[in-house]
Amino acid sequence: MSSFWSAWIIVITLGTLIALMILLRWNMTNYTGIEEGEPMGHTFDGIEELNNPLPKWWTILYWLCFAWGFIYLALYPGLGNYKGLLGWTSSNQGVLSLEESRLAVEKARAEGMNVQYDRERMHADDKYGPIFQQYASLSIEDIAKEPEAVKIGQRLFLQNCAQCHGSDARGSQGFPNLTDGVFNWGGEPHQIFTTIMQGRNAVMAPWVDALGEQGVVEVATYVLSLNGRNVDRDAARAGEQQFAICSACHGADGKGNTALGAPDLTNNVWLYGGSQKAVEDTIRHGRNGVMPSWEHILGEDKVKILAGYVLSLNAE
Amino acid sequence: MSKNKHELVEKHVGWLAVFAIIAISLGGLAEITPLLFQRQMSEPVKDLRPYTALELEGRDIYIREGCVGCHSQMIRPFRHETERYGHYSVAGEHVWEFPFLWGSKRTGPDLARVGGRYSDEWHYVHLMNPRAVVPESNMPAFPWLAENVLDGRLTERKLRTFRTLGVPYTDEDIAGAAEAVIGHTEMEALIAYLQSLGTALR
Repeated sequence: MSSFWSAWIIVITLGTLIALMILLRWNMTNYTGIEEGEPMGHTFDGIEELNNPLPKWWTILYWLCFAWGFIYLALYPGLGNYKGLLGWTSSNQGVLSLEESRLAVEKARAEGMNVQYDRERMHADDKYGPIFQQYASLSIEDIAKEPEAVKIGQRLFLQNCAQCHGSDARGSQGFPNLTDGVFNWGGEPHQIFTTIMQGRNAVMAPWVDALGEQGVVEVATYVLSLNGRNVDRDAARAGEQQFAICSACHGADGKGNTALGAPDLTNNVWLYGGSQKAVEDTIRHGRNGVMPSWEHILGEDKVKILAGYVLSLNAE
Repeated sequence: MSKNKHELVEKHVGWLAVFAIIAISLGGLAEITPLLFQRQMSEPVKDLRPYTALELEGRDIYIREGCVGCHSQMIRPFRHETERYGHYSVAGEHVWEFPFLWGSKRTGPDLARVGGRYSDEWHYVHLMNPRAVVPESNMPAFPWLAENVLDGRLTERKLRTFRTLGVPYTDEDIAGAAEAVIGHTEMEALIAYLQSLGTALR
């Protein structure tokens, strides 16, 4: 802040306080020329105004407020560029990127500055750091067997993941169920970890142009037949002929491909619904399932615990 | 006039008004005026970019539907906030906001960094019927957003207005503004806006 604006703030703030003190002092004297307790010469409806002094308790409180005001302004940064005796500030102001924010935290720490938010974080790190430390060295499989870690994972899940996957992790239409052992991007611990860290972008193209309306119905029928449904055999057979274009991602046997996030089409698990109509819709218009990346929001340690939690949901 | 000088404000409402105005101006003069001249208040964060035409239309829908009444866009520097929402909000993220939508009420969560947190599909399902993905939600549904199609009639003028206020839109941005939004639904615009929130501080 320029010294002009700093001076501006100081003059107005202190000026106001001092002016109010003068006003209060003046009002404590009897300047009316009328004896205390005598009528002011002002009556209304038979009620008379007397010249009574300001209540003592009230003026004492007022003076105490002034005293508190000056103490506060001495301790905290209220007067322009003056930093206050405590050197206190709520957070690192004016950072323009996360990198700058990180550097500001380091600088504040190195110089022993009194940044409220940084100190809050430091205390939390001291308290919770060792707990996370203890799990950072464990494998995801071991985390899944650690009841305390699973509990932490559940908290993290409810806070960050439940919005899509549901508080019971059973998902809903378009958002995968995480408890059924079926993972389109792979259910190995490291695969779950990668899914959460980096996010996933599953793209199924719309096929109505290539297959035509009838083709869509036939392929959908064939896909349902892979799941043991009772279907129109002729349509299914016709669909099988056209399934070649699907097999690029879902495999010739329809068992999917975790590298592409292509679902297994034979396990009767349906992310977008398993009715004839829903499967037709999927083939007709395609689907685009997006899992956001959590690396920068949660960090590796927490993601690892989350992966452990998800794994624990699928333990038999 | 008697010796009672205080009668000046007791008996002349004009003087009372003058003194009252002076008294209530002092706080603003000390706290607000200096901010208007701070570099910090006008310097954008490094990755800040102006809203695209579609995001800007989405922002207007956000305003129209009163989202700000229940959602703040201001993460305060407390650990219990940043653990949930991410880095606290900084001034440089909001220098191109007219008006800012910080809000002061959180019936729902803060949205300052909601960009990228959920998929577009999630936002669509959620806006159509919040209960479909968050059973305990008490947010209203906004299904009409998916039906209303933007005509882009005012988009160009909106960008132009923002440029007058100091947002660095180029001539091309303004020329292509209407075309960029025509045919999109209000739903798409709002989702584009939501996905942009808070992504500039990296």
